[in-house]
Amino acid sequence: MSLYTKALSIGYNNQVLFENINLSLNKGQLVCFMGPNGIGKSSLIRTLAGLQKPLAGEVNLSGNDSSFHPKEIAVVLTNKVTAANMTVYELVTFGRYPYTNWNIKLSSHDLKAVEGAIEKVRLYDITDKRIAELSDGQLQMTMIARAIAQDTPIIMLDEPTAHLDLNNRVEIMRLLRSLSHEMNKAILVATHELDLALQTADLIWLAGKNKNILKGIPEDLVLNGSFDEIFQFKGFDLKTGKIQHQLFREQTIFLTGTGHEFLWTKNALERTGFKIISHAEDASTYGISVYVIVEESKPHWILNKYNQQYKLSSIEALIQQL
Amino acid sequence: MGTTLKWFFLIFILVLLFLINLSFGSVDIPLIAIFRMLLLQEAENPIWTSILMDFRMTKAFTCVLAGSDLSLGGLQMQTLFRNPLAGPDVLGLTSGASLAVSLILMSNAVSFTFFSTGTPWAIAIAASLGCVSVFIIMLAFSSKLQDNVSLLIIGLMVGAGTSAIVSVLQYLSRAEEMQTYMLWTFGSLGGLNWNELLVLTSILFIGIIIASASIKSLNTWLLGDLYARSLGIDINRSRFFIILSASVLTGGVTAFCGPIAFVGLAVPHLVKLVINTSNHKVLIPAVLLGGAILLLLCDILTQLPGNNSVLPINAITAMIGAPVVIWVILKNKRIDV
Repeated sequence: MSLYTKALSIGYNNQVLFENINLSLNKGQLVCFMGPNGIGKSSLIRTLAGLQKPLAGEVNLSGNDSSFHPKEIAVVLTNKVTAANMTVYELVTFGRYPYTNWNIKLSSHDLKAVEGAIEKVRLYDITDKRIAELSDGQLQMTMIARAIAQDTPIIMLDEPTAHLDLNNRVEIMRLLRSLSHEMNKAILVATHELDLALQTADLIWLAGKNKNILKGIPEDLVLNGSFDEIFQFKGFDLKTGKIQHQLFREQTIFLTGTGHEFLWTKNALERTGFKIISHAEDASTYGISVYVIVEESKPHWILNKYNQQYKLSSIEALIQQL
Repeated sequence: MGTTLKWFFLIFILVLLFLINLSFGSVDIPLIAIFRMLLLQEAENPIWTSILMDFRMTKAFTCVLAGSDLSLGGLQMQTLFRNPLAGPDVLGLTSGASLAVSLILMSNAVSFTFFSTGTPWAIAIAASLGCVSVFIIMLAFSSKLQDNVSLLIIGLMVGAGTSAIVSVLQYLSRAEEMQTYMLWTFGSLGGLNWNELLVLTSILFIGIIIASASIKSLNTWLLGDLYARSLGIDINRSRFFIILSASVLTGGVTAFCGPIAFVGLAVPHLVKLVINTSNHKVLIPAVLLGGAILLLLCDILTQLPGNNSVLPINAITAMIGAPVVIWVILKNKRIDV
């Protein structure tokens, strides 16, 4: 089961968002669809899912050509769901609606799919909770469980990690990755969060400037500068993954050491505006040098400042002494 | 309290209020005599049998039917529009009925006569026609408009427009004509005979059947139209049937009882406090019970002043309904459909 588009154009009556798009979404792949806010990510997801009519071209689903695909595509949208009294369990059972008759009688197979989805997303502690009482992260997880219960080969998610803290964001992306790889689903995630997408996606679709979509694996798109061109980073170096700091102190420090302690010290000193040198033939040419050493699994910093030596036990103290 | 127990409790309250409702009235009939008559035994006073069967029994049944009708209509509108303040009259149906009835009762004022007199059947037919016209207008809009909020606003605007015409008529008409119209707008649960009750019962059945066929789509409307479609619901078809059901229910009651306010809005919220579910498979029977209970209670309260004076039913429904809805909002801090 895969989905592909032929010369697809999407948008609204007076505004074309994407033109002549040819994409394919294959099983076993986690695809992140990236682009700045407002470029039309949600519209593309809705069009691919059959919830919005394309302006031109077509979306094809191998083996099915009706406009609704409730047994092939499940969606998680940005629309917030509220309903008095509805519990997490009830919300997950909505995933089985395409398989039930008007009376919504759940078969044992349906119940098993619901239980399976709850287990996969690890919701068992909150199944009886009302959705009005959930945190944003829990509600998002519940919506994802509902999509899993729908038992479709394709799942599309629109900004599933928006408004969530780092922990929840990582958890959701890991879950989506495992769904695509272990359950062999095709998963499409629209997101504008670079860091997570770069580390989890098998494939990136990048919304281009000319109503086109660039495709590629994350690393290629980073190295060929596609991301820089589209996101127009201001003060962020994607190739190192770091924020560029201004060296406002005009002071160079020679820093040596190993491991995490060394990296975090370097971070802190760069953030506070020092230029850092770690490889030099003669350390004594620099007025200031810092050695990061670890003794009995406790880090210490030896600071040599114009022939005076200090031994410090924290980076904060080090920066103050500097 | 267990769920089964809650259902028994609701049914018990319904039966109890039904009996209390029968025992109230301008003529004093002992409770024991009422029980005897219900068990088909000879009453000590033959007039009592006539009063009980032809007046009180019909009125109590009217309460049950009208309360159930309006509550089911209200539940469907709240769910379809995902708006806790929606009621069965939100589509402007009641306003359409009001306009038609006002034309009958007050059209003399603009030297222009529709039906000759305001007989009950003429009023019922006019009210139905008013509802049906608005229903057709709303249906035309609903096929044009994709989103429900626009439909909701158009419903309110249709209501505002018809009220304006009614105001003009009121301004021009004579005091007696205006009073007749005002009395109609107060709502009335008495005065239906068994044949009319049969019509009201059929209407309720039609409404229940259509609503039951929409259980699945009603549930998915709670998640919004996009999710409903992604789960395979044909939303245009579903919206048509939900509007049809609510219109039949509201139109039927308005034709026979006048515009009964607040019941359709308040009952779904009250029921959701007692029965903890959002599933329409459970909510539909629950609001039917709840609506019957609330309207029976309101009708009992209209007779409390005693001495043959009876308050208008709409005064009581609003007097009970408004504080209850305020209390629900304060208690929950927020209110969801």
